[in-house]
Amino acid sequence: MSQPSLVVGNVNWFKYASPQSFYPLAGAMIPWFAWAAAALCAAGLYVGFFVAPTDHQQGESYRIIFIHVPAAWMSMFLYLVMAFWAGVGLVFNTRLSHMMASALAPTGALFTFLALWTGSLWGKPTWGTWWVWDARLTSELILLFLYFGFMALKAAIDDPRRADRAGAVLALVGVVNIPIIYYSVEWWNTLHQGASVSLTRAPTMAATMLTGMLLMALAAWMYSIAASLHRVRSVILERERGADWLRAL
Amino acid sequence: MSWASWSDFFAMGGYAVYVWGSYAVTAGLILAEVIMLGIRKRAAKARLAAGRGAGMP
Repeated sequence: MSQPSLVVGNVNWFKYASPQSFYPLAGAMIPWFAWAAAALCAAGLYVGFFVAPTDHQQGESYRIIFIHVPAAWMSMFLYLVMAFWAGVGLVFNTRLSHMMASALAPTGALFTFLALWTGSLWGKPTWGTWWVWDARLTSELILLFLYFGFMALKAAIDDPRRADRAGAVLALVGVVNIPIIYYSVEWWNTLHQGASVSLTRAPTMAATMLTGMLLMALAAWMYSIAASLHRVRSVILERERGADWLRAL
Repeated sequence: MSWASWSDFFAMGGYAVYVWGSYAVTAGLILAEVIMLGIRKRAAKARLAAGRGAGMP
């Protein structure tokens, strides 16, 4: 059987669609992303706690923003990436794409939980309540259940190929929730404030606060890549046990 | 710099529970994920080695 090929810029990109080629590549990339995450996190915490000023309305409680917003962004972004790879796996029938989707789900669920947790701890002093069933909070909670549902569904089906396809359909259907989360603060009346940072308007916060938040968001991004690459290597080892290249490893 | 002293820093202007509650749980869960990643990797490698020893795929 001939390998499919997608040659762009003298590189056959489908080469890396095989778990055998991707396994060492992922292994080589992990330390770079992990160190980038650690350095960006250290810089972000320094700016967030020692450079950014006290907020004149919220006092020091606003410093939760340096976790809350990056976690919320990653929770949505990782879902889109997960659904993208699940969709690619569904269309091109590539095993590695489904493995990548599996590897992203736990980290996505982690950031979703952290967005909810830190939001709750921020809501209490600023809104006077830990939780309210409004559009933003409820749709973010549904996102957590989508991650759990995706993982549980894949774990519940014994045949990995069927589990991949069923999980991919669930992931793709769940994508509808992402714009609902993102636009919920515009579409409905909600306690949650609108976006502080937008591509079309100047940010509504001090420059140093924004810098700290963006550094932490980059740190979360780099961490997610490192964690997902690490997990996908384990998934490869688990699922390709019978492959010759692994027996030689 | 907003802090006069370290105790001032840890007090977080009276919001210590909320701010440190957020940061501690985040740090704890990320540490837990890193540990679980290591455990899963070691388990996968051990299973692979066991299968190889038994002559099984």
